Amino acid sequence: MSKIVIIGNSAAAVGCVEGVRSVDKNSEIVLIASEKHHTYSRPLISYLLYGKTDEQRMKYRPDSFYSDNMVDTMLGKTAVSVDPKGHTVKLESGEVISYDKLMVATGSSPFVPPMKGLDKVEKKFTFMTLDDAHALDKAISAESRVLVIGAGLIGLKCVEGIADKVKEIAVVDMADRILPSVLDAEGAELVQKSIEKHGVKFYLNDSAAELEPNKAKLKSGAEVEFDVLVVAVGVRPNIALLKDAGAECGRAIKTDNKCQTSLKDIYAGGDCTESYDITIGAERVLALLPNAYMQGNTAGVNMAGGEQLYENAIPMNAMGMFGYHMITAGSYEGNVYTEKEGENYKKLFYKDNRLMGYIMIGDIKRAGIYTALIKNQTPLDSIDFELIKQKPQLMAFSAEDRREKLAESH
Amino acid sequence: MAIDYLYPEYEIVRDTNKCIACRVCERQCSNEAHHYDPEQGKMVADNAKCVCCHRCVSLCPTKAIKIVKSNHTFKANANWTGKTITEIYRQANSGGVLLSSMGNPEPFPVYWDKILLNASQVTNPSIDPLREPMETKTYLGKKPGKIERDKNGKLVNNMAPQLELATPVMFSAMSYGSISYNAHESLARAAEELGIYYNTGEGGLHQDFYKYGPNTIVQVASGRFGVSKDYLNAGAAIEIKIGQGAKPGIGGHLPGIKVSADISKTRMIPIGSDAISPAPHHDIYSIEDLRQLVYSLKEASDYKKPVIVKIAAVHNVAAIASGIARSGADIIAIDGYRGGTGAAPTRIRDNVGIPIELALASVDARLREEGIRDNVGIVVGGSIRSSADLVKAIALGADACYIATAACLAMGCHLCRTCQTGKCNWGIATQRPELVKRLNPDIGYKRLVNLVHAWDHEIKEIMGGMGINSIESLRGNRLMLRGIGLSDRGLSILGIKHAGE
Amino acid sequence: MKRIYVNEKWCLGCHLCEYYCAYANSGKDSMVNALKNVKINPRIQVEEGEGINFAVSCRHCKDPLCVKSCITGALTIENGVISFNHDKCVGCYTCILSCPYGCIMPDSEGHAVQKCELCTKNACGEPACVKGCPNQAIVFEER
Repeated sequence: MSKIVIIGNSAAAVGCVEGVRSVDKNSEIVLIASEKHHTYSRPLISYLLYGKTDEQRMKYRPDSFYSDNMVDTMLGKTAVSVDPKGHTVKLESGEVISYDKLMVATGSSPFVPPMKGLDKVEKKFTFMTLDDAHALDKAISAESRVLVIGAGLIGLKCVEGIADKVKEIAVVDMADRILPSVLDAEGAELVQKSIEKHGVKFYLNDSAAELEPNKAKLKSGAEVEFDVLVVAVGVRPNIALLKDAGAECGRAIKTDNKCQTSLKDIYAGGDCTESYDITIGAERVLALLPNAYMQGNTAGVNMAGGEQLYENAIPMNAMGMFGYHMITAGSYEGNVYTEKEGENYKKLFYKDNRLMGYIMIGDIKRAGIYTALIKNQTPLDSIDFELIKQKPQLMAFSAEDRREKLAESH
Repeated sequence: MAIDYLYPEYEIVRDTNKCIACRVCERQCSNEAHHYDPEQGKMVADNAKCVCCHRCVSLCPTKAIKIVKSNHTFKANANWTGKTITEIYRQANSGGVLLSSMGNPEPFPVYWDKILLNASQVTNPSIDPLREPMETKTYLGKKPGKIERDKNGKLVNNMAPQLELATPVMFSAMSYGSISYNAHESLARAAEELGIYYNTGEGGLHQDFYKYGPNTIVQVASGRFGVSKDYLNAGAAIEIKIGQGAKPGIGGHLPGIKVSADISKTRMIPIGSDAISPAPHHDIYSIEDLRQLVYSLKEASDYKKPVIVKIAAVHNVAAIASGIARSGADIIAIDGYRGGTGAAPTRIRDNVGIPIELALASVDARLREEGIRDNVGIVVGGSIRSSADLVKAIALGADACYIATAACLAMGCHLCRTCQTGKCNWGIATQRPELVKRLNPDIGYKRLVNLVHAWDHEIKEIMGGMGINSIESLRGNRLMLRGIGLSDRGLSILGIKHAGE
Repeated sequence: MKRIYVNEKWCLGCHLCEYYCAYANSGKDSMVNALKNVKINPRIQVEEGEGINFAVSCRHCKDPLCVKSCITGALTIENGVISFNHDKCVGCYTCILSCPYGCIMPDSEGHAVQKCELCTKNACGEPACVKGCPNQAIVFEER
């Protein structure tokens, strides 16, 4: 019986616990996390403010999760160093925890760029954790004017979360469009227009040149008055713990397809790691919850002596803004097929006989069929691509593939 | 536009309170009688297209549909009925022969319904089939007239080839072409499970069904479609079709449009060519000629398979049967005038031939009189509707019965009698792939098996009541029958007494 | 475990499965009350092609991408059935993004998703689509 130590308590950590337990019911599992909360879903903090969930419901796993899985938790404790040779983790408190296998799922932290005058702003927040959400919630009122710096996923979900609770919201982003990592220009414009209907004002191609306590002077010369500032320009992987221990890192921790780091007996997953993105053929940080879970799960299975590979990773995203939904995946290169009708927008990107990526906005029905084409690198000449272009459907597959999908057990 | 003389025969009645506009009726009607009207936001029907097949009625999930006969009427006239007038209009429209399908629907007397069965009371105790053995197994074929011994005194097996039937029922001939692949598969699989036989009809045997050979009767008809040495040897018996109850004296015609690749291969004729079965076999003009064909087929099959000769019940059926019994045939199959068809001229179907009850009684009597009854087995068809009809047929002298209409009904047929259009909504009498698939043989075969099992139970109940424990003891046992409402002449032909006698 | 299997050879494209599904999950005690004047949003959906039809519903994968991807924990495996907790779902549609069969769809209100749960949570007891299929194109069996 071995001792498995997990640092982190979010998707990758939970995936790891479930991965270990799917193979091994007996090993000791110790879970260390800085946050005191029961595992919760970070992306839900915006829904919490939006009123679509509450703290109980946003728990990522049931209350009995740790006991059901025989996990010893050390919540509210922060790991400060790892000794890969001695197989120990040292905590801020000075405690030293030994491990046979270690899982590092330390996630990422909001990146706050240096901005002139930021220190003068009283009510400034990032938007990453439950505590961030609580703090922001406390700070806003129906009279608040909010400035969000960053029109990415986090910034906009924050906007959605508080839009109905505050007087006005403005969003500034250096990029020329909203959700630049997810949408193309045309799609971004559609979504932007829909968000603007909710009274949100955008300043794109722009940035805060200087902050005053209640005012931002933008590079363009515009001035935005605010009471509350949210900085959501991006995140940085938390890699220090393992980098210091000697693990190979790029922008984030590098792992193999079993989610093992370059250090013996140490695994990693989630936002603190890189994944091999098959759509670009290179390693990159794919900071999204489903991938984090799958990495954690893969690590867990392998740590417990089973065999599972983390492969076919791709960037992908499902997101809604005020009920207007978009689903995207892959990379946007190659030939383009576009469909646009009213609020519905679809773009498929394909090259070299493969679907590379897609954007669906509005009508997102059955998007997963496209996702699977990308993930499985399905040769497009093996399906009826003309048919599947029109809408995602299994009819486009060969009779044999259909039989395999619908008449066999999965 | 020309005047439309024809008023729809049926009306589709929809309970709009129940209709949820799921449109299953629309999707399932090959006659396109239903459609959704987006303006009214509801389903509407074109009654003129309805053939009363009940596909929509059966599939409607809220039972919102029923079909009623239109009460639109012509001025009352016992001679010129609405039907007669309408037929005149149709012929004046088309100039063509009226076509119909399935069996004669006209209100001629049904003799089965004028015959009652006996039961034991006191003197000859009845038998409980659930407690005591009850045999419904029977053998079809020529029975030896005498015991033969070799020079050492040992018994010589002089038994001609026989068909063994677990229940005295067989599925009569329906060709692949007239009915669908899935219908054939259902019949074949049911015959196998039941320990009985189905009949290929004159359309040959699909390669896929050779495996059911031990439960197959292969037919040789005037068109000789699909006949080869392999075919003759594929089945358990060979049937020469001379005539069919629904259309005695005439041939058949499968339009080229129905001769698909699969059917072309099975029938051994070019794709798209009309499959015409001549009225007579052009090599048979006498019993002697028939004998030549019987022996040709026996020769081709190494004398291992009984040969059946199937004829329609016509006026001098007894004399014809006597000839067949002397031709070397092992079994005579007689098809009454109510027998079904995939397509026949209406006037022929409704006016030619005689009832199977009378034909059977006279054939059995004639063969007995001539001492040749054991030369042949007798199988009758042409509207055996229930186990009671079947028991009466056995008691009149049959060895077994052929059923086809009843089998089709079990597979879903609703007797709409429009097989000739090829648009069977139940996937039976059609070759259209989208309709054929409506009959899943997994379901169809099971329903056939259920039907025959049910009849078998009933036969045993009826026999038990008579105090008879073996179907062979019932055969020709006309004392078990009494007529009711029959003339003396009718009783004498049937060879039975009147009820009360 | 028993699962739903589809044999397109026998699918007639009659769409009855969709209606029986919608009825079973309506909570109403008559199909007429449940579906009259209603645009149904069933959890099983028939695809139609040239002479080919088949119904598609959750395959209840042993290794379900939807469950692994669900950001809220609303999707779980309960005794082999991929179960859905409406209460937890926030309608982010990550499962729709993930399901390779396209078997999870927005519910009628559009605030959450819905999926086939093999009629384990409604009054039908066994899959209504299977019961309602006139041609055994959809079966519920152990394979």
